[in-house]
Amino acid sequence: MKKIANALDLRRVQEDLKKNFDPNKKMVTICAGTGCRGYGCIKVKEELEAELQKQHMDVEVRATGCFGFCEKGPLVVVHPEKIFYQQVKIKDVPDIVSKTVGSGEVLEKLLYRDPYTKETVLKEEEVPFYKKQHRLVFGQNGMIDPTRIEDYLIIGGYSALAKVLTGMTPEGVISEVKKAGLRGRGGGGFSAGVKWESCRRAHGSPKYVIGNGDEGDPGAYMDRSLMEGNPHSVLEGMIIGAYAIGASEGYIYVRNEYPLAVLHLTLAIAAAKEAGLLGKNILGTDFSFDIHINKGGGAFVCGESSALFASIEGRAGEPRAKYIHAVEKGLWDKPTCLNNVETWANVPIIINQGAEAYASVGTERSKGTKIFSLVGKINNTGLVEVPMGITLREIVYDMGGGIPNGRKFKAVQTGGPSGGCIPERLLDLPVDFDKLTEVGSMMGSGGMIVMDDRSCMVDVAKYFLAFLQEESCGKCVPCREGVRRMREILEDICAGRGKEGDVELLEHLSTGVADGSLCALGGSAPNPVLSTIRYFRDEYDAHIRDHRCPAGVCKALITYSVNAEKCTGCGLCVKVCPVQAATGEKKKPHSINNDLCTRCGACIESCKFDAITVE
Amino acid sequence: MVNLIIDGKNVTAQKDTMVLEAARSAGVNIPTLCAHEAISRSGSCRLCVVEVKKGNRTRIVTSCLYPVEEGLIVDTRSERVQNVRRLVLELLLARCPKSEVLQKLAADLGVDPHPRFVPDTDKGKCILCRSCVRVCEEVVGVSAIGMSSRGSHKTVGPPFKEASSVCIGCGACVYVCPTGHIVMQSTGDKRKIWRRTFKMQACEKCGKYFAPVDQLKFISKKTGTPYKELAVCTECR
Repeated sequence: MKKIANALDLRRVQEDLKKNFDPNKKMVTICAGTGCRGYGCIKVKEELEAELQKQHMDVEVRATGCFGFCEKGPLVVVHPEKIFYQQVKIKDVPDIVSKTVGSGEVLEKLLYRDPYTKETVLKEEEVPFYKKQHRLVFGQNGMIDPTRIEDYLIIGGYSALAKVLTGMTPEGVISEVKKAGLRGRGGGGFSAGVKWESCRRAHGSPKYVIGNGDEGDPGAYMDRSLMEGNPHSVLEGMIIGAYAIGASEGYIYVRNEYPLAVLHLTLAIAAAKEAGLLGKNILGTDFSFDIHINKGGGAFVCGESSALFASIEGRAGEPRAKYIHAVEKGLWDKPTCLNNVETWANVPIIINQGAEAYASVGTERSKGTKIFSLVGKINNTGLVEVPMGITLREIVYDMGGGIPNGRKFKAVQTGGPSGGCIPERLLDLPVDFDKLTEVGSMMGSGGMIVMDDRSCMVDVAKYFLAFLQEESCGKCVPCREGVRRMREILEDICAGRGKEGDVELLEHLSTGVADGSLCALGGSAPNPVLSTIRYFRDEYDAHIRDHRCPAGVCKALITYSVNAEKCTGCGLCVKVCPVQAATGEKKKPHSINNDLCTRCGACIESCKFDAITVE
Repeated sequence: MVNLIIDGKNVTAQKDTMVLEAARSAGVNIPTLCAHEAISRSGSCRLCVVEVKKGNRTRIVTSCLYPVEEGLIVDTRSERVQNVRRLVLELLLARCPKSEVLQKLAADLGVDPHPRFVPDTDKGKCILCRSCVRVCEEVVGVSAIGMSSRGSHKTVGPPFKEASSVCIGCGACVYVCPTGHIVMQSTGDKRKIWRRTFKMQACEKCGKYFAPVDQLKFISKKTGTPYKELAVCTECR
């Protein structure tokens, strides 16, 4: 792309691009996020292109950023009608091309069918999953090819940067971000504007800005999809931030396990530099700023700011005590402003809309939207962007479509391994930074794991503690040794070796680990234990006192049996049982030998008559 | 100078002094394991935690790393502080049940091994405080040892657990190790440490073996002092 000389030139380039883009022209967009790639969307895209060529149609097929509705991928939208197809397979391609693209005919079987009303839905925005969302940050993903800067420019990309560089002082930008009430999306929830201001005032140069994309919570992938799907929005936010703070260099810390994010960010940085939007004399002004990519090695703790700095500096990713703030002494002991990539992507929106409009969405102390990755026992797995203050019930039932197989909701885990489990009676809780903290969980970076009545809460606590034990850097004693000992006790409880007083001991250890740990990883590590004790104490007691796992998960405490009335003797369980514990004659009720049974659950999964019971 | 209160005592300390030093100079004892005057601070053992109050905000901080502040109120033995210290010692006793240093410290603070923690048998006396790694890097300047792995798998030693080619056998790591985990054996003209055997230099005057040849060569190279001058023990110099 040709270098853009100044703000006026940027507008001209944007307008030229718009002129050449006919919104009524036929186009097919296909989600090329990681989820849809897993479903084989790239092959579908290639097939679409080949088929269009075969049928002599000059129609663009655009592989875009993530749409968010990962459960139903691959997702395809036919423009200009915006017909929304889901779970598209290669064999559907000829029909899509000849019928829908060719003559506007809608293929009913590819439309989304509302599971409640059984009716089909034509357009994306009418699908219940999207209806209550407020897609400020994610909304453009479906229209842009993240590898092309032109696609970002056409939707007004880098206008906020031009506005800032031509008409706003750094202080003015900070004041706007403060007024907007933007809080850190990585989990801390600290006011971004206040952080920027402190960093601007700090003495020392150079100053650094950092985009934290070291997303590591189990099941969370919103930062990944943002970096993959709209990398320029992150860059634009960081460039604006750098201008406000007075920084000359920036880093995006992204994990190496996200190769697509690394690729798209690399391409975006190169394109922005070529266009004069990054690098020396941005948009012809005397403001210069450069961004480097730092690939992380996959340590969860490197999402913690001081460990992240250590990692960029080439040392082991271990946190240090933060009595001198990063805004004063951060990366290489220089003033550093670190924000999550989602926080950065909110910045251009604030500048474009103005603080007041931005702050009109959300609750009193949490403004704007938040992206959550909705996973676990939920019908509609995917990424949802919701206004702050929406209830958990709306997220789980309206967007998530409830719990699969008619099972009962039990809890939702928010905030990743440092967060907590929220029970059903709190489902009407408005989701914002403070409310989640009040009930013993946290916003975190936006992971949301839904659990049904077949999830054992002691087992869940054990899982998260095992994760944290693995991911603890091992520098300080309470986190390294304390989390391990807590996990051992949880393991004992799950194995039927729990002792009276273990729950109290866990609570006691939690206090010491939280108080004594060096960084927030250890400081919040006890949360999964504390919140499950708080809301599901009866399950702990059942394990310890009655040697019983009410959810039927902990293998040492359960037995499988066959309900003779329900069993039809179909023999499927016999076939799938890997240890020959399930036996029986055809058409006669089968049985399970619990001495041989390993409680793997294969028979339960296979049984069509719900005839196997767990006690 | 900065004025603060430590355990009810008015204390004056120089700016940039850490709370640990300010407390010690005022006669308030704070237990530590990983703080050593020869090396930088790491804050990893967590024994030195104290509770500080600033305005209405109270929090637990690491006294070896927390600089004194005007008006700061420090409590070195509050319930919260003692709870953390007890836990740290219980955890360390379970990790290194044979460490005499830990046993004594625990006895001094009235802490017993926790009956619910199964003692480790494979960790030796190492509490992973990193003192040895820091002294080797910061004072000796060779970085022969480092940490490997993460979390509860973390261990200390030369890279890949092989004999280090840069180790000079000086024994500084042994000197700073608070628990006596690192073993150095000097017999006759040989010294064994970190899986390596070093040849010792005999003093050219008294004939006593006093330092590894590699260490003297390293010093000679670093300072420009001829090896011959260094080949005389400190007592005969």
